[in-house]
Amino acid sequence: MFAYVVKRLISGVLVVTLVSIAIFLLFWYGPSSPAQPICDRETSNRCSAAKLEIYERTLGYDNPVYEEYGKYVKGIFVGRTLTIASNEYDCSAPCLGLSFRTKQPVKEELVSRIPATFSIAIGGAFLYLLFGVPIGVAAARRRGTVADKALVSSFLFISSIPYYLFALLTWLYLTITFEVPFFSDTGYFPITQDGPFKWFSGLFLAWVALGIFGCTQYTRFTRGAMVEALSEDYIRTAKAKGLPTRTIVYRHGLRAALVPVVTIFGIDFGTLLAGTIFTERIFEVQGIGWWSLEAVQGRDLPVVQATALFSAVVLIISNLLVDVVYSVLDPRVRLS
Amino acid sequence: MTQDPNARSEIEPTEVGANAAETGERRLTEEHSPETPDTYGSHEIGIEDLDFATLAEQGHTATELDPDAPAVLTVDNLKMYFPVKSSGVVRRTIGHVQAVDGISFEVPKGGSLGLVGESGCGKSTTGRLITRLYKPTGGSMMFDGQDLAKLSSREMKPLRRDVQMIFQDPYTSLNPRHTVGSIVGAPLEVHDIVPKNQVLKRVQELLEVVGLNPEHYNRYPNEFSGGQRQRIGIARALTLNPKVLVADEPVSALDVSIQAQVVNLLQDIQAEFDVAFLFIAHDLAIVRHFCPEVAVMYLGKIVEIGDRETIYGKPHHPYTQALLSAVPDVKQAAVGGRRERIRLEGDVPSPINPPSGCRFRTRCQFAQEICAKVEPPLLQIGKRHKVACHFAGELGSHPATPITTELLGVDDQGSPVPGATPTNTQHTIPGYEKTWYDLRTKQTTGV
Amino acid sequence: MTSVPMTQSSAADRDAHDGPYLQVEDLKVTFPTQDGPVTAVQGLTYSVEKGKTLGIVGESGSGKSVSSMAVMGLHDAKSAQISGSIRVGGTEVVGLSESKMRDLRGNSMAMIFQDALAALHPFYKIGGQLEEAYLVHHSSASKRDARRKAIEMLDRVGIPQPDRRVDDFPHQFSGGMRQRAMIAMGLINDPSLLIADEPTTALDVTVQAQILDLLQDLQREFNSAVIIITHDLGVIAEMADDVLVMYAGRCVEYGTTKQILTAPEMPYTWGLLSSIPDVSASTDARLIPIPGNPPSLLRPPSGCSFHPRCVHSDKVPGDLCSTQLPELLPASSGTAHLKRCHLADPVGVYQSEVLPEIAPELVDELSEETR
Ligand SMILES: Nc1ncnc2c1ncn2[C@@H]1O[C@H](COP(=O)(O)OP(=O)(O)OP(=O)(O)O)[C@@H](O)[C@H]1O
Ligand SMILES: Nc1ncnc2c1ncn2[C@@H]1O[C@H](COP(=O)(O)OP(=O)(O)OP(=O)(O)O)[C@@H](O)[C@H]1O
Ligand code: SF4
Ligand code: SF4
Ligand SMILES: [Mg+2]
Ligand SMILES: [Mg+2]
Repeated sequence: MFAYVVKRLISGVLVVTLVSIAIFLLFWYGPSSPAQPICDRETSNRCSAAKLEIYERTLGYDNPVYEEYGKYVKGIFVGRTLTIASNEYDCSAPCLGLSFRTKQPVKEELVSRIPATFSIAIGGAFLYLLFGVPIGVAAARRRGTVADKALVSSFLFISSIPYYLFALLTWLYLTITFEVPFFSDTGYFPITQDGPFKWFSGLFLAWVALGIFGCTQYTRFTRGAMVEALSEDYIRTAKAKGLPTRTIVYRHGLRAALVPVVTIFGIDFGTLLAGTIFTERIFEVQGIGWWSLEAVQGRDLPVVQATALFSAVVLIISNLLVDVVYSVLDPRVRLS
Repeated sequence: MTQDPNARSEIEPTEVGANAAETGERRLTEEHSPETPDTYGSHEIGIEDLDFATLAEQGHTATELDPDAPAVLTVDNLKMYFPVKSSGVVRRTIGHVQAVDGISFEVPKGGSLGLVGESGCGKSTTGRLITRLYKPTGGSMMFDGQDLAKLSSREMKPLRRDVQMIFQDPYTSLNPRHTVGSIVGAPLEVHDIVPKNQVLKRVQELLEVVGLNPEHYNRYPNEFSGGQRQRIGIARALTLNPKVLVADEPVSALDVSIQAQVVNLLQDIQAEFDVAFLFIAHDLAIVRHFCPEVAVMYLGKIVEIGDRETIYGKPHHPYTQALLSAVPDVKQAAVGGRRERIRLEGDVPSPINPPSGCRFRTRCQFAQEICAKVEPPLLQIGKRHKVACHFAGELGSHPATPITTELLGVDDQGSPVPGATPTNTQHTIPGYEKTWYDLRTKQTTGV
Repeated sequence: MTSVPMTQSSAADRDAHDGPYLQVEDLKVTFPTQDGPVTAVQGLTYSVEKGKTLGIVGESGSGKSVSSMAVMGLHDAKSAQISGSIRVGGTEVVGLSESKMRDLRGNSMAMIFQDALAALHPFYKIGGQLEEAYLVHHSSASKRDARRKAIEMLDRVGIPQPDRRVDDFPHQFSGGMRQRAMIAMGLINDPSLLIADEPTTALDVTVQAQILDLLQDLQREFNSAVIIITHDLGVIAEMADDVLVMYAGRCVEYGTTKQILTAPEMPYTWGLLSSIPDVSASTDARLIPIPGNPPSLLRPPSGCSFHPRCVHSDKVPGDLCSTQLPELLPASSGTAHLKRCHLADPVGVYQSEVLPEIAPELVDELSEETR
């Protein structure tokens, strides 16, 4: 197991390296010079060829690509000093570059935005598991009844709505139309500064949107997995042993049904942690998702690069965790 | 990519099963579609006017041996080792599953050889080698003057017509999305042997041969019962007029009463088309009925081979004896209680790391030192009887000293005797010699 | 967890009634389905005494499993309608409350299933699954006791190194060992009734022989009543005292093993006997199949449900076979032997027509006997 994790981590590092190279190359050989965006920004869109050249030279974009990539990697480990036009900026390790917009080290902003994104992800995922799994189990046990059919079809309807539309409607109705007290002022307010209540009420609607939407999906996953598990032979065996229904359903049925659910959850949760663009944008939460959206719009290349790298790292780690958890849940799976 | 239509559709998953699992409801109607008229045997006889005498007439007695039939397929020292890979990025080969390890036999023209043995002994692998779904690691398979083992997939193509396979599971071996007509007719088109407009006629002919209504060519497999599906599988295998049919557990997925229908059909087909069968089954009674000759396999090797009367009547190998004594016997009802039987303890060892010497020695009650040291050769000890055991003998009269010492040039403990000249090598010919080693006289005798 | 009074019932308690341990009377099981009601079992009556083995044979779908699962109360009350009477050790279980039923299940009666790999939970250790079966009926036992008991049972069914293998998962066992573990689990509470539903169908003959030996040893030791369900008449011949032949949900012949297998009086049983080859039979014996396919339970045939496939119905006058269901009546070889068939002289037909084809060597013996 340990050897497996180490092996997976090594291959993860490999993948991250490849991703970083790919991103680097993409903007190096992009449609315009990589210095174009910052030049435009600094000169209020009056970037002349001469000015562009200055930016390119100071940012090192006239050097060969591998040399600059080397510097970039080195910066991640030991930090570096970056020059933009005539100003020098200090960027300590791990240096992911400077935002073209704020001239601040990208890393600092990244770190400052992680709590917001993680708050949304954890709260939303908590909600959808909390409701999705038990409702799914209950539906599976009442499979075929009117209640089950009504539930399944209404949930199917909700999950067929595109998520951004769903989140937007939630926001519209709850904040504008109904003006739900306390929760209408959405956004991220750090617990440490504004206290837990403000933090909670700011994120509440985002959680509800994510939670309801996820809950409809997880109810369906759980129901499906549970229906299958309950029709297995070992359930009949458990019954034949004289076990109480509760033990049969939860200890034997749910235990088996959880395996596929946990697998899907791991991947989903990783995606949430990497930044939820729609949720953050709609509920005005200053998280990584929104940040990357802004960076793309503002052609803030170092930020785009950093957020992409961050997603890759989070996804690789969550995939590894899924595999480890899977092997713990299903003893037939040997990690090696 | 192989061209074998059988191979292709066997891998296709059935959708039917998946649906049933998903809805959790049991389907009732598919098992026996009421609109399908019941048909029986090779001639369409309504059961209404079937009386016992007619039915009995169509039932067959055990197939008889034709001792003079020439071999149509000669398998010599056939081997199949599956590599066992380590995991990781660089997948090194860390061992081999010796699934089939040097087996030799002949399948007589129009006859049938049965292959029996416990699960995992390599029966299916042998069948798959002969139909060249696998390429053998070593050995030869002579068919029609050509060595199937050496041919490339392309060179194999014309020969696939002659060597066909019937699969075990009639539920998964037929593609549920194709009609019976296209399943049975596919080989005709692949091999391009009859004009397009003749395909349907041939398909209907074949359906009639296997006792299905020829009008049903445009139905789907799920409209048929298990036994009828197996008939479709048989029709498909017959499409190209094969000379050899490999039947891998053709009836074990069927209900008892249906098994007999299919066995009789196979006997009809054998008599009518003169096809040779390699008949793989773990049901020793069915094999006894269908095959005048039987090979017993253990862990990738043939341990005993001979005609029906010898193998079932006076087996000489301890494994064959144990296997036969384990079969529950209906006749026991007259006596009551259970038969005396040889108890085999433990499980079959791993074919990755088989025991040295005789592979059966870990479970053999007669095993001695020599058994661990020297592998017993497959020795011909009767006109049509070969056995691989140092202490071969009828039940209750296994010799006290090894019978193979002189032949192998070893002493009773299996250590080489200095200066001795072994007269028998490990390798025996696929068929039978005119002379053999007589156990009683310890002499080579002959007819 | 479980109510106390029943759980620790001593063997003496359970024996405190007269007559066979299991008595099934006029059992009927119907499943409502989308296509209409399916009566999987009807008019089924049989009994099994302690220390005796009943074999149930019949084609796939004939209701063997459904009837046994009714005895165990394993049918979902919502999807199965059960009528008739099933008495286990004197207790009527049809209509018994779920909690009382639970006390019997796994305790007074146990069931082992065909595919042990599927029937054992893949995620729990063998030992854990055995302990669970023990603890649910011994609420005062400690986890340690349960583990000791589990090891003891594994040892009893012949698992080598049981104290080590107890911590294995089912997939780490071989097929035969898994079936042994199933048996250990079934017997852990010393049940008086054991139902084995095709316990050896998926196993090699050598392993089958081991398992059958084991079942027989254990039965002797625990003196339990055993029902063994199988397709294999050979297994029946060697294991069962009595045999019940089922066709389309009904009992069509019932008697001692010797009566059923040597002097059967019902064409379906003849068909079963003639359609299987035998390892020791004469090679002149014919393999005579039962024509056609098993009937649909949705639209069961009128009259004798076997009539569409029966090749002897021409010996019954008129259209009796297709219009009137034959009663289950005593056969000629004794009152304990029952058969459901209109044939007037089944013995004559069997000896003069059937036997010469399927067992020519027995005909000579028979004629010698009668002489
Ligand atoms: N493709 C493969 N790769 C690796 N090992 C294989 C492969 N196919 C078969 N084996 C192994 O080869 C051995 C022989 O397998 P085979 O399927 O021939 O047995 P069998 O006699 O047909 O058994 P059964 O009665 O269960 O069908 C087994 O140990 C099996 O695990
Ligand atoms: N829950 C159910 N709903 C509807 N029909 C059912 C249900 N369970 C069983 N049946 C039907 O009852 C009939 C008898 O089934 P049963 O499982 O008892 O057969 P069996 O004799 O055990 O056959 P096998 O040898 O295949 O195990 C079958 O036709 C089956 O389709
Ligand atoms: S060679 Fe030895 S171990 Fe092998 S079967 Fe014969 S007596 Fe047994
Ligand atoms: S009652 Fe008639 S149809 Fe039924 S088994 Fe007897 S003879 Fe055959
Ligand atoms: Mg096989
Ligand atoms: Mg069953």
